[in-house]
Amino acid sequence: MNWQNIADGLVLGLHIPDGFLSAPVALIWWVLTIGALALAVQRVGVELNERQVPLMGVMAAFIFAGQMLNFPVLGGTSGHLLGGALAALLLGPWAGVLVMSAVVTLQALLFQDGGLLAIGANVFNMGVATVAIGYLLGMPLLRTFGGKRWGLMLIGFITAWLSVMAAALLTSLQLVFSGLSATVVFPAMIFVHAFIGIGEGLITVAALAFVVSTRPDLVSSLAGFLNKEALQQPVDKRTIGLVTFVGLGFAALAALLSPLASGDPDGLERVAENQGFLERAMDAPYTIIPDYTVPFLGETPLSTIAAGMIGLLILFALMYGLALVLRGRSSDSRTRS
Amino acid sequence: MATPHLLLDRYIDAESPLHAQDARVKLLLTLALVVALALLPAGAWVALLVFALIIWTAVYQAHIGLLRTMRRSLVALPFALVAVTLLITRPGELLLSWSFGPWRLAITDAGVTAFLSVLVKSWLSVQAMLLLMSITHFADLLRALRQLRLPPVLVAILGFAYRYLFIMTDEAQRMLRARECRSAALPGQPAGGSITWRAAVVGRMVGTLFIRAYERSERVYVAMLSRGFNGNLVSLDERPLSPNERGFTLLGTAAAAAVVWASYLFG
Repeated sequence: MNWQNIADGLVLGLHIPDGFLSAPVALIWWVLTIGALALAVQRVGVELNERQVPLMGVMAAFIFAGQMLNFPVLGGTSGHLLGGALAALLLGPWAGVLVMSAVVTLQALLFQDGGLLAIGANVFNMGVATVAIGYLLGMPLLRTFGGKRWGLMLIGFITAWLSVMAAALLTSLQLVFSGLSATVVFPAMIFVHAFIGIGEGLITVAALAFVVSTRPDLVSSLAGFLNKEALQQPVDKRTIGLVTFVGLGFAALAALLSPLASGDPDGLERVAENQGFLERAMDAPYTIIPDYTVPFLGETPLSTIAAGMIGLLILFALMYGLALVLRGRSSDSRTRS
Repeated sequence: MATPHLLLDRYIDAESPLHAQDARVKLLLTLALVVALALLPAGAWVALLVFALIIWTAVYQAHIGLLRTMRRSLVALPFALVAVTLLITRPGELLLSWSFGPWRLAITDAGVTAFLSVLVKSWLSVQAMLLLMSITHFADLLRALRQLRLPPVLVAILGFAYRYLFIMTDEAQRMLRARECRSAALPGQPAGGSITWRAAVVGRMVGTLFIRAYERSERVYVAMLSRGFNGNLVSLDERPLSPNERGFTLLGTAAAAAVVWASYLFG
């Protein structure tokens, strides 16, 4: 095992080096990251005691070392952990953000894995966004399905996969804002990370299962997970509404911005093509909306945007429907048992 | 197995005027350089050459090995694959074009300029970072970050993470070696079960590592308490920057800004 290999393995996806981000983009993400970190520092200061400082430091070292643990997949590639969702689920959101930020910062400083100016963006993608997905999505889902062991595992997988996808999407977005072509960046990043995310999900699930069965006290004392009362609470309408709203907001924002930012009219079309590719495995990509423009709006950027939004809405509706079906099933099995 | 921190800090104890500089000055100047590189327009070759010469002179002065630095800074090269798309997406004069069925790939001069600029910028930025880390002790860097008003909690976490990084990675490597030892395979046959099974093995290793790390952090905390830790991390040497150091930092930043400005003016 040598250190350069580790760096190489990580470089593939998400650690943006310097030189790739334009200065304004890098600065915007610095501002966002500083805001998130300030909030996390404040909340950690309120909620936790000084005992957490060595804990979080050692946990950062743990995530760093955990990223070295890999398993062979296919043709010399290997799966390994990013760890954001796991950190969120094991440590809670605020400590998770700080731990992951420390990991990303150390990787940049010690191994030049990710640039100095790009730390803002990298910390946000891998430290803030992954943890946010792990927690914001994990908590409501956990309240819905978490009473059962399989529920926890399912949630671990979903949040881990989505956190990798979120990091990949954000990375692509930043690169596209910096002038790279959306036509190639989005499909490439999303395609690769859809698979990396599966590895992440599997590892996260197994790690969670192991910790939960070996030392449940660690997990419950840290984040209130597996706490029977907390798990029994029904999800209130407001949480569902909030999650829906935030998700739709992000989707709409992405749809609005990507064709404009890239200056590349077919950018969104290719993303859509890629999504189609992922969903239907090589099926003809344009069946719902031909050529990804809405016919009556003509060949304008507006049309591309509208098409993108419609596509995202359909995707969202599908996911939401799936969630409802699954929840219906889980409550059935609960009443039966 | 090479001890990673020896690999990392190989030149950290060399003596040079650069090593002796205050970490804050070095950090701020490196940051200024990296920001200046990011701000440069595409194709500002003269400015890039100026920055390259500055970095290489500093690397030479610091006795950390010019070639080694250049080689190690190729770390970010795989990422350049993403930037290859710049070649074909910038409108400009046509240099080359191919047709693949319905698609047409066209390389333009503007595309080549943009691609090479990104590559060189990235390469130089990594070299600047390598230089900074090769001439600055990590502890000094942490102190500099604290003095530059980063929240003490963050700096403390970074410090603890650095301190236990090598212990935890050693732990991880021992686990990997143990897995190798118990994974016998017949020649020509893959070891282990399905991918899911392999992932589950790694997941349990991660879980084990988490528990060991957690328990270690408890021991660390108890050891700190028994040495009188009261929740505050104190440090000596809170010296403000001298006027000379301030002047040097400002001058360097201004020079970088001037190069950027000039490259917009004449570029």
